[in-house]
Amino acid sequence: MKILTGNDLKSGAVVWWDGSGWSLHVEDAVDAGDQADTILAVEQAAQRVNAAYAIDGERTADGVRPAHIKERIRAVGPTVRMDLALKPADADAGNWVI
Amino acid sequence: MYKYDQYDQAMVDARVAQFRDQVQRRVEGHITEDQFKPIRLQNGLYLQLHAYMLRVAIPYGTLNSRQMRMLGDIADKYDRGYGHFTTRQNIQYNWIKLAEAPDILADLATVEMHAIQTSGNCIRNISADHYAGAAADEIVDPRPYAELLRQWSSFHPEFLALPRKFKICVIASQTDRAAMKLHDIGIRLVKNDAGEIGAAFYVGGGMGRTPMIAPCIREFVPIDQLVTYSEACLRVYNRYGRRDNKFKARIKILVHELGKEEYTRQVEEEFAHLQTLNIEPPLAELERIKAHFTDPPFDAGASDELDLSDPDFALWVERNCHAHKQPGYISATVSLKPVGGIPGDASADQIRLMADLARDYSFDECRVTHAQNIVYPHVRKADLYALWQKLDEANLGIANLDRIGDIIACPGLDYCSLANARSIPVAQKISENFATREEEIGELKLKISGCINACGHHHAGHIGILGVDRKGVENYQLLLGGCEGDDTSLGQITGPGFDEDGIVGAVEKATDVYLANRQGGERFLDTYRRIGMAPFKEALYAPKNEIKGEPANG
Repeated sequence: MKILTGNDLKSGAVVWWDGSGWSLHVEDAVDAGDQADTILAVEQAAQRVNAAYAIDGERTADGVRPAHIKERIRAVGPTVRMDLALKPADADAGNWVI
Repeated sequence: MYKYDQYDQAMVDARVAQFRDQVQRRVEGHITEDQFKPIRLQNGLYLQLHAYMLRVAIPYGTLNSRQMRMLGDIADKYDRGYGHFTTRQNIQYNWIKLAEAPDILADLATVEMHAIQTSGNCIRNISADHYAGAAADEIVDPRPYAELLRQWSSFHPEFLALPRKFKICVIASQTDRAAMKLHDIGIRLVKNDAGEIGAAFYVGGGMGRTPMIAPCIREFVPIDQLVTYSEACLRVYNRYGRRDNKFKARIKILVHELGKEEYTRQVEEEFAHLQTLNIEPPLAELERIKAHFTDPPFDAGASDELDLSDPDFALWVERNCHAHKQPGYISATVSLKPVGGIPGDASADQIRLMADLARDYSFDECRVTHAQNIVYPHVRKADLYALWQKLDEANLGIANLDRIGDIIACPGLDYCSLANARSIPVAQKISENFATREEEIGELKLKISGCINACGHHHAGHIGILGVDRKGVENYQLLLGGCEGDDTSLGQITGPGFDEDGIVGAVEKATDVYLANRQGGERFLDTYRRIGMAPFKEALYAPKNEIKGEPANG
């Protein structure tokens, strides 16, 4: 699947295209399919997202997973500071990153 | 310490106001990211993996306690309670919000700091020996000369759009503690036979994807021509540097392709031309700057005695302290490399504590080193134990300077959008693995980069590690034999890379080969240079191989 990611303009936070807007959580990401370029063009022109691009991903039983390690780290946070991750209380949050 | 005059302060304040307006226009959608990106980069604001990252300039790594305290306060107020000291003697914050960036710059301006020229193809923050003004072996304090060059290079209209970034380093001793020959321009202040101060210019060094050691292109530039000769070096580069290929755009490529002789000839020609234009600032300006760097009021009767009865303190003194030019004083290094820690990271509380201790024990001054540690340059020996105790209470009293645990590591793939592999977890594993073997191994500088850009100085490590991406999986190349000191050398790759756990084992095998072959008081680097790569390769890649070596003789 093709998933879309970028950064929130004001906070710089990593965001994912959820079909109607931009979510902080990769599990909300949807398959943009062959509409990826169109969605990116519209969203960036409207300045609703910053520095956005399409990546390969996979929908697993546990949720959407970016294909590349860099994007998986973006989805969760620095592997060396899981206390700063999106879900610091979830000890298993980063198990699929590496 | 240099103190801003009205012009310095006005320039920095004006830039804050300018950037505040630019950020507002970006947030309101009046300018696009393509338009805004070069603007934010000129103010040190990057967009990294998780958020905006702000890099703050620390000229020649020198800070007073007020500035250091502000760095801690910024970590709390605008970031997530910590900062990362870098290999360019700067500090970075990893979780900055765009709208707050102008407020941070405004706060920095109140303590005479900024983030200008910490990114982009311009002359970056000028680095220097972290023992400047304190070392017993320097001929003069290099910082006034670095400050003169800082003022010359700040907003220099001709050099704000160079072919590529440009890094200058200034030292003033035979011992190179600042990787001087691995800079675009390395300057060593020297004395000629007449006792006059001048500058030896080393041009075209650097790390990155094409590491090179800078050749000396002139052994003595009169000090009243320092800026003019620097300008000549930059002008030739600006004219002929490769703007067509980013990967060949650094001055090292130009010097290499032209050859040292031809590059030097062109510089000398340009230098002769520039001398007719009389661009050199008057020596009175250098003297004005020098007045800010006079010695602090040392106690002339300070004792050289040190009570070393506490073994932990004694070890810290042995490893982390350096001889001072003034009897009764010493320079002390705070290691930001606790066992299993993140190299270069310090919490807001630790930063503020280090600020307080600079005020109380080091004439209000501290330094950031390119090895991502903090130096108190002027500590009275009689106060050293009290200082160490306060550091130790905050987990800052670690005695591992230049040991295998004192690892330089870039932020790597945990933070950096350019990285291909993580650096920090590898550093943490090596640090933990070797924590009890530092005494046995002795001096061993290990440096890790998460990509070919070499922010972690892997080329200059006695042991270097380079993280690469192999089909989406982290892989680590091992290099041996690098050195950043007087006898600068570039590490050589041992062979095929290793996975994350494998690289720790590989480092262990390399150190075992060293220990099996060590003669006398050899460091790892000395043994490697004597026996060469072959025994290391044999141990690293031959299956089930025993470590072979000559009997050690002590």
